[in-house]
Amino acid sequence: MLVLTRKCHEGIQIGENIEIKVLAIEGEQIKIGIDAPEDVDIHRKEVYETIQKQNNEALQLSANLIHSLKNNNV
Amino acid sequence: MQLKTKYLGTVEVDPSDCIHFPAGLPGFGDETEFVLLDLPGNPIFQIFQSTKTTAIAFVVTNPHYFYQDYTFTLEDHIVKSLAIEHERDVVVLSIVTLKDPFEKSTLNLQAPVIINSRTKMGRQYILNDDAFPIRAPIATVATQSEKGEA
Repeated sequence: MLVLTRKCHEGIQIGENIEIKVLAIEGEQIKIGIDAPEDVDIHRKEVYETIQKQNNEALQLSANLIHSLKNNNV
Repeated sequence: MQLKTKYLGTVEVDPSDCIHFPAGLPGFGDETEFVLLDLPGNPIFQIFQSTKTTAIAFVVTNPHYFYQDYTFTLEDHIVKSLAIEHERDVVVLSIVTLKDPFEKSTLNLQAPVIINSRTKMGRQYILNDDAFPIRAPIATVATQSEKGEA
């Protein structure tokens, strides 16, 4: 991982289209601004990981359960 | 075309029914094409099957069967990226985490699958607020009516 040290209001340019800027530092919290093309999805890391995990969990189901769903208006 | 599915054996699929997910799904970035398959005898749930990987198949449902007041606003860039022109073209599905017993199953309301039925483009959209849980309990019509009678 590339590690850069930045001060408040300094930024980082990634490629042509993505800019990340430190907007404010308040105690343990850091406000980060991100400018990126609209087709770039940006998520809080833990939210994205939770969705990944839930998708994985949703895949783990037994053929039995599917069988019981067939022909059965639950 | 013939498609080998995880739960329904080999089925015939019309290539025009394939739905494209250019970014894949979170955790499954390589799965960029899916089809929706009906479950025989069950109108509530469908199978959301990857056309590339047989083992990747989710159970999905229309969340409004279970949560009538489930609404959210699609951000402009999502509307644009799916080339959505009319609300009536939009299909919203929730991925079901099926459990045994069934009553313990949950719906992912935080990250619905959004499909433009006209252009056959889709994506899993992560709602950036906590209004809707990732594990919303499934409350079946059957159990509700049982409770109603009790």
